[in-house]
Amino acid sequence: MTPDLVLFDLLLIGALLALASACLFSAELQRAVILFIVFGLLLTLVWARLQAPDVALAEAAIGAGLSGALLLAAARRLARRGGRPEDRP
Amino acid sequence: MTGAALRAFVTIAIALAAGVLWWVFSLALLEGPGERLAPLAAEALPRSGVGNPVTAVLLNFRAYDTLLELAVLLAAVLGIWASGPPDRGFAPAEIVLAGLVDWLVPLLILAAGYLLWVGGQAPGGAFQAGAMLAAAGVVLRLAGTPRAGLPRGDWQRVLVVAGVAAFLAVGLALMAIGHGFLTYPPGHAKWLILTIETAATLAIGATLAAAYVGGSPPDGPPGEDRA
Repeated sequence: MTPDLVLFDLLLIGALLALASACLFSAELQRAVILFIVFGLLLTLVWARLQAPDVALAEAAIGAGLSGALLLAAARRLARRGGRPEDRP
Repeated sequence: MTGAALRAFVTIAIALAAGVLWWVFSLALLEGPGERLAPLAAEALPRSGVGNPVTAVLLNFRAYDTLLELAVLLAAVLGIWASGPPDRGFAPAEIVLAGLVDWLVPLLILAAGYLLWVGGQAPGGAFQAGAMLAAAGVVLRLAGTPRAGLPRGDWQRVLVVAGVAAFLAVGLALMAIGHGFLTYPPGHAKWLILTIETAATLAIGATLAAAYVGGSPPDGPPGEDRA
């Protein structure tokens, strides 16, 4: 493995951990969902790096794409129907 | 339980979970690869009817698991439908978005068909293809099509159960002619798998799109008025 790839992998891991904690500790629901989508997209790269293109495809399409859309829709509904007061826009 | 006690309980639970995770992680690192199933799967691949090892595992060697996954999706969408009618949806798209949608939706459907077909030989398959179909539905709904391109109620129900139904029909038919449940006879495996995958793609697409719409389909139970 070339040093470039090691650096890339380390960056990827760092970014994933940072995104995961930012997502978990985000005060705003909608922002957490968007961070989750970005997390899923980066995770796709991880699967690609692990030479698992099938999983990468599924992660991009379902993990990041559709789950993201579903979560965004859920967050929107929660905000409109008056979920926790701090989640209302 | 008071707030402080609850917090202490949660902290201890998280610490325990972290300990177990760390233990499993270090075990996995230290143990080294034990006996794996991968060589066994690779050896049986030529007899599986498909060239992509992932599809061979999902649709042949472990077809049971995939059948149950589809059942989970079905249960999820039934739960969503039970939660009442969906939101009204979005306003009809303006000209630019409508133009984009006119291009994007056919492309997504084409990509779904490609992923479904290519799944036999290369990365792809029913779940990815179904997600593409569902993405087309999400785009349609965002552009102001309330039903996200799904058919009316009854047909929507047919689509949603199509995956599980095709799986069970193939499995039971194989049993009836003397094979095991979902034990494909060599030579027919490819077409049986493709049949199941096609139905599963439609079902997954419809299920995920229906989940995005987020409520029971129109003309559902009598007596309820839907737009």
